[in-house]
Amino acid sequence: MSIDLKTVKHISKLARISIDDEKANKLKGDLNNIFEFIEKLNELNTDNVQALTSIAETTLRFRKDEIKSENIREKILKNSPEENKDFFVVPKVVE
Amino acid sequence: MSDITSQSLFELTSNVKEKKLSSGEITKAFIDRAEKSKKLNVYVTDNFEKAIDQSKKFDSNPNFDLKLPGIPIAVKDLFCTNGVRTTAGSKILNNFVPTYESTVTQNLWSQGAILLGKLNCDEFAMGSSNETSFFGNVQNPVGENLVPGGSSGGSSAAVAANLTPVTIGTDTGGSIRQPASFTGTVGLKPTYGSCSRYGIVAFASSLDQAGPMTKNVRDCSILLEVISSFDQKDSTSIDYKRNCYSKELSKDIKGKKIGIPKEYRVDNMPDEIEQLWKNGISYAKDCGAEIIDISLPHTNYALPTYYIVAPAEASSNLARYDGVKYGFRSPGQNLIEMYEKTRSEGFGDEVKRRIMIGTYVLSSGYYDAYYLKAQKVRKLIKKDFDDAFSKVDAILTPSTPSSAFKIGEKTNDPVSMYLNDIFTVPINLAGLPGISIPAGKDKNNYPLGLQVIGKPFDEQNILNISYALEDKINFKNDISDWWLSE
Amino acid sequence: MSKNSEYLIERENKQYEVIIGLEVHAQVTSESKLFSQSSTKFGAEPNTQVSLVDAAFPGMLPVINEFCIDQAIKTGIGLKAKINKKSVFDRKNYFYADLPQGYQISQYKYPIVGEGKVILDMPYGQKEIGIERLHLEQDAGKSIHDIDPNNTLVDLNRSGVALMEIVSKPDLRSPDEVNVYIKKLRSIMRYLGTCDGNMQEGSLRADVNVSVRLKGETEFGTRCEIKNVNSIKFMQMAIISEANRQIDLLEEGKDIDQETRLFDTKRNETRSMRSKEDAHDYRYFPDPDLLPLEISQELIEKIKSDIPELPDEKKKRFIDKFNLSPYEATILVSDIETSNFFEEVIKNSDVKLATNWITGELFAVLNEKNLEISQSPVSAKNLSKLINLIKDGTISGKIAKTVFEQMIDGDQDPLIIVKEKGLKQESDPKAIEELINKVIENNSDKVAEYKSGKDKLFGFFVGQAMKESKGKGNPQLINKILKEKLNG
Ligand SMILES: [Mg+2]
Ligand SMILES: [Zn+2]
Repeated sequence: MSIDLKTVKHISKLARISIDDEKANKLKGDLNNIFEFIEKLNELNTDNVQALTSIAETTLRFRKDEIKSENIREKILKNSPEENKDFFVVPKVVE
Repeated sequence: MSDITSQSLFELTSNVKEKKLSSGEITKAFIDRAEKSKKLNVYVTDNFEKAIDQSKKFDSNPNFDLKLPGIPIAVKDLFCTNGVRTTAGSKILNNFVPTYESTVTQNLWSQGAILLGKLNCDEFAMGSSNETSFFGNVQNPVGENLVPGGSSGGSSAAVAANLTPVTIGTDTGGSIRQPASFTGTVGLKPTYGSCSRYGIVAFASSLDQAGPMTKNVRDCSILLEVISSFDQKDSTSIDYKRNCYSKELSKDIKGKKIGIPKEYRVDNMPDEIEQLWKNGISYAKDCGAEIIDISLPHTNYALPTYYIVAPAEASSNLARYDGVKYGFRSPGQNLIEMYEKTRSEGFGDEVKRRIMIGTYVLSSGYYDAYYLKAQKVRKLIKKDFDDAFSKVDAILTPSTPSSAFKIGEKTNDPVSMYLNDIFTVPINLAGLPGISIPAGKDKNNYPLGLQVIGKPFDEQNILNISYALEDKINFKNDISDWWLSE
Repeated sequence: MSKNSEYLIERENKQYEVIIGLEVHAQVTSESKLFSQSSTKFGAEPNTQVSLVDAAFPGMLPVINEFCIDQAIKTGIGLKAKINKKSVFDRKNYFYADLPQGYQISQYKYPIVGEGKVILDMPYGQKEIGIERLHLEQDAGKSIHDIDPNNTLVDLNRSGVALMEIVSKPDLRSPDEVNVYIKKLRSIMRYLGTCDGNMQEGSLRADVNVSVRLKGETEFGTRCEIKNVNSIKFMQMAIISEANRQIDLLEEGKDIDQETRLFDTKRNETRSMRSKEDAHDYRYFPDPDLLPLEISQELIEKIKSDIPELPDEKKKRFIDKFNLSPYEATILVSDIETSNFFEEVIKNSDVKLATNWITGELFAVLNEKNLEISQSPVSAKNLSKLINLIKDGTISGKIAKTVFEQMIDGDQDPLIIVKEKGLKQESDPKAIEELINKVIENNSDKVAEYKSGKDKLFGFFVGQAMKESKGKGNPQLINKILKEKLNG
């Protein structure tokens, strides 16, 4: 099976990474090489194998319902690309 | 006393405790050497000024009960450090300064260590040669224009070049062990769940582990003892009794059963590696270990499995780098355009490639064929090891299929780059501990490593085996300091 | 089902049936968020209840809140549903400004709660609505479009708050059933204390799935999902408008696209979401930061033993034990506070009278003043006293209404009002006889008419006697003595 240009563009859209045609063509080549190598897995019959859900062989640990809420707004917003002391700011979204 | 920067962690700590050296002297020595070693490009961000202050502070009120008393340490730039820029080797985090500290680095500082700076690495730890870093490639001190391995390439180079006594890296598919092997140093990837992942920039959550990178096995045991801890803040951290690895370190491995997996004898493996492995086996025998041939039948499927699981997790883990909350943003007319431009300009080619692979294998219609299939094969790989460990105490293999290669040699061929990790990846997939120790050199005089793989939580055992082998191998790196400038 | 249960939309001799399924998002009543320790309190300053985990800083990891798990199990039990001993948290991947991780942690293939049911009391009888599943997930933050004209602002206070998504089967058939279903769900969760059901504060919202088909058809039509509707009224409006839109398309011979739509409350119409061009592909996969969630039988049993009596059981008890009509019982159990009030009142007073007074006078006052029963101006204790005054004949039902009107003002004790205003009922037969004699004397002409066969005049005499007693005469006594006098 091979990945065509349309698929590369669709995937880049899903991943929110814009790519021009030249890059898309290069990626198409790379991805096809990589997937050719990945397809090796098809040699294996795994019909009766249970998929691994976690490598850590324990179960989920629970935490108490306690608030440790200092207001750290300043810290949270400190690294944000657009300056605003109350909010994160993004280009206008029209729904 | 030998030159300060060439001393092991153990020697430095002893000298501090015996008051033969102060933290200030040690810190200054490493900084001086770093200033002359810019050519290696190991540092993304240095913390020299603060480190000097902290060393003075330590000296004015020293605590010799600590395990790392006033010892300056540089760490991979994948660990978030409070108030010190953390980039993960990426443009997208170029200006990111965390307001928090990773658990593993906090463990270092709690034992008296001082942050020297942040070490270069492949972007988001994706790479095997440290050439994907936004901050440029790192030179391997072993030889000019040679890659130091990756992704913890800045770390391996820094230890080999005596720019930090020890360091910590992260290992998702070999990122500690492969660079250790390429630079003639020791690197250990602990059992999954041994070291907290809290505050480490995530690559592939089910595979990532932090681990020590050192000059020798004893230092490795000391550092593991410090960084391995149970952490409530990481749901995959495991609560078990950790050894005092350095105290229990022993060369007595008599009667230990060591497995040799036949599947690791891959096609086109250089004779030198074959020879290295043979030597390792005979040293192990000399130490009284019993050698047992074993089979890990799904070894060949490990890399394809890894290149589904790791990119899938990464594609999701890296979704948070979207220009909204922190890091680089490229402006756009609307939200979607901002996302697409930010991520296109902020990520390098290898990261984008892996995000694309990961997005594809999870996308509708392909999940079962790729991701689910890979998780099934992962189960088989894990079972191979479970079966093997019912017969042996540890497994001995080469660390890498080759020695360090030239910068630029493999950058245009992702698959050949990926093949570097063929011996290390299965261990991450199975969540096991593995250590690489320097074991010899190839015809170019470049170091080669052997890998010892252990049962889950059996770090002590692989440390002991490595300690015994290290003694027999008696490896010398002979680095010429070719890069030094005045 | 009786005929009048059918909600059908007519088009030139054709009748369309509307098929509705709901995905209700109910906020868990936890103090802290599902995977972080910041507060869930409503109404805080923007971005002041945000931790590093909620804002998805590099290296931050989720750790689950055990209270939220308990609440999901509890709700599952309330929905008579299967609790899954093993469930998995998945990542639902998509990009949005108020989704800091770039994914929502939710449960996809293996939810914590499986199939259950909810019983609706409709005027045409009971109807069972199937529950497909209940799962736990994180809420997103809030995008604010109307503060800054050029930008969208993002507040992450809600980011990471625990939600239970309760998915119904496509069993609902009318806006009325949706109304009753939401109220019933809300009631169950409020009984259990797992969700406060406050729709104004967004604690309860729903995605509404609507499709239509010709009456008699058995296949489902193509459905559209209307996202995030936050009041029952809007849900009903959205359903009607969406169903009509779909029918119009079918009538024109066009296809319906399966898509996600938004309800524009101002224009009373649904419209396609702009983002649909990306054809959502959420790329679900198990969250590798979290292990599978395992729940022990002991925990389930422990939670089961703490489950209070729920509306359906309570209703049955009210009918069986207190002889209430199904209608009365339904009203009284619809809300935990109401049923608690009722049970408080009847501890010491007559059930029949209490039922009438609560569903009559008290509800009227609450309605008029727009109050919840928890804010009732008359306490259960004083209402109970009033009922006892009626029951023991101290005051008449009519006087009681006067007293009640006064009680509303500051929850006054009816005994004191009766005493101070001298409203005690006259029950002395002598006194009654005296005033009846007076009435007969003053109305000799009417007495003659009555005796000649004009029976209807009896009421007139009762009224006169009551008037004579200034409303305080015991009606039973007046009746009795009047009859003796006039007929004797
Ligand atoms: Mg929905
Ligand atoms: Zn939902």
